Amino acid sequence: MAALDQLEDAFDAACTDPDFARELADLEKDYTGRPSPLTRAARFEHECGGARIYFKREDLNHTGSHKINNVLGQALLAARMGKTRIIAETGAGQHGVASATAAALMGLECVVYMGKEDTQRQALNVARMQLLGATVVPVETGSQTLKDAINEAMRDWVTNVATTHYLLGTVTGPSPFPRIVRHFHSVIGRETREQILEIEGRLPDAAVACVGGGSNAMGLFSAFLDDPEVRLVGYEAGGEGVESGRHAARFAMGAPGVLHGARTYVMQDEWGQTIPSHSISAGLDYPGVGPEHAWLHDSGRATYEPVTDAEAMEAFSIVSRTEGILPAIETAHALAGAMRLGRELGPDAVIVINLSGRGDKDVETAARWFGIDTT
Amino acid sequence: MNPRTAAVFDAARAQQRSALIGYLPAGFPTVDDSVEIFQTMLDSGVDLLEVGLPYSDPLMDGPAIQESVEIALERGVTTDDVLSVVDRLTPAEGQAVYVMSYWNPIERFGVQKFADGLAAAGGSGVITPDLTPEEADAWIEVTEAAGIDRTFLVAPSSTDARIDIVSGATTGFVYAASTMGVTGTRDTVSDAAPQLVGRVRERTGQPIGVGLGVSSADQAASIAGYADGVIVGSAFIRRVLDAESSAEATAEVGRFAAELREGVRRSTHLSEPDA
Repeated sequence: MAALDQLEDAFDAACTDPDFARELADLEKDYTGRPSPLTRAARFEHECGGARIYFKREDLNHTGSHKINNVLGQALLAARMGKTRIIAETGAGQHGVASATAAALMGLECVVYMGKEDTQRQALNVARMQLLGATVVPVETGSQTLKDAINEAMRDWVTNVATTHYLLGTVTGPSPFPRIVRHFHSVIGRETREQILEIEGRLPDAAVACVGGGSNAMGLFSAFLDDPEVRLVGYEAGGEGVESGRHAARFAMGAPGVLHGARTYVMQDEWGQTIPSHSISAGLDYPGVGPEHAWLHDSGRATYEPVTDAEAMEAFSIVSRTEGILPAIETAHALAGAMRLGRELGPDAVIVINLSGRGDKDVETAARWFGIDTT
Repeated sequence: MNPRTAAVFDAARAQQRSALIGYLPAGFPTVDDSVEIFQTMLDSGVDLLEVGLPYSDPLMDGPAIQESVEIALERGVTTDDVLSVVDRLTPAEGQAVYVMSYWNPIERFGVQKFADGLAAAGGSGVITPDLTPEEADAWIEVTEAAGIDRTFLVAPSSTDARIDIVSGATTGFVYAASTMGVTGTRDTVSDAAPQLVGRVRERTGQPIGVGLGVSSADQAASIAGYADGVIVGSAFIRRVLDAESSAEATAEVGRFAAELREGVRRSTHLSEPDA
């Protein structure tokens, strides 16, 4: 609790400090490359019932995903708290790469916990983190995926809290993490709102994103919460189908519970034991979800739907071939969802999709899925 | 305070020693074996038993407890099994049986049902390492009604204000984590422990148990110099993991409990009994 209180105090102080805001804004502009473009997806639109589709291009950020937004903010906070070491969990490796990047930039030691299964399916990102000077610790306990990496990072944190900041990568965990991570990703929504108003002269009919822990979705949604005409839809991993039991559909199949210090929807059995999740995308393979998403779900402000591995991979292929963009497989879940939603809303609709990350890290998985020989 | 918990700490104080508190997960290595091992711990000098409820994500535990809990869960141990283990134990006068559990399994089982079930099984209290007092309103209500104690945790990083909140919500004994970190045996138990106990003692008359890292009778003796209870977990688990048969595991655990029993009696208790 002491560490969480310290973090909350540091965050609240930073939020009212114009120097902090300036420092972060400079990094976002000169290092990340913000603002990220809002790209019309004219050819992909044909697959979406003719609705006008825009991609918020977080894939064009430095390090290739939205994750850098939160990492730069929290790394600055760590430095303000006098911490010299950051630790992070990672699923797909995007957050780990972003953390290793910020640590290199700011001269901090960096240790990244990653489920052993994920280190195998995201080997490229493991190498990237190591090249950036981070230590990657494969986690061999439990299901060897993201939830176990979070367990291990929390164990490290409670042991080394005097020197170490836990740079949590998504909008979950104990308070104040969900609020902090949302804050640093809210730039996605702010820019999107401005850009779409400029291009279309009106707000979109829907803003959609994939939801693992839910950081990219929360960043996008945060700017439209008070605009009831904008539908907010999150797409969670349906894996091999929700009826198969092999999925990460917390809203569709989970129940309220407590995981990693957050009260939220959790995939759990009748005894409250966490059920291991499954998804072709390591970044959505998490049995819990950010507690603010649980609130948006319960209040009806946002809706959440599962997208299967097969649907996501179909969208991956379509967007690659129609737009020349290889999306992350996580992001492909949102693209598949938008295809469904566009057909429902019709050709007059405007839909914004958070293109949360690029797919270079997924080339091997995708090649295997589509039967492309890479040997 | 639950009368059995009170009897544990009253007896220890009367004998100017600390209470010995021992932890193992229920269902490890099997449900029946764990009943036998727990009973042996009670019969060999453990005053207060912590029956662990195995959980898939034991955040504050080190490798030994993680491994033992995974074994128990793979064999399908359930919350019903944990309550039945408590029910099958026969603590003597001056002994008490607690459950230690992460929060989600209790909530999923039903807080009322769990508190009532534990009371019916003869349990005296519950330690909830990941439940903060701020989130515990329902839990406080049902444990009061069921007459079982609830233990919350303090750590060396806890502020005085935090210690007040934790001890205000606790009945039975306060659990003081001796060091920053997860469970597991250590060669030395840090200096932070006596300081923390001193700070807690200034603010509450409740008994204080010190845990995390105790692996020998000598360490138990040194903690007994300032704490009301010495908590030992991972070192028991190691003995079960290293044993080649359940009979050997039971014998080793019993032998170790007897050593620790001597340890907590070797040191003179420093704190005065409450008036």
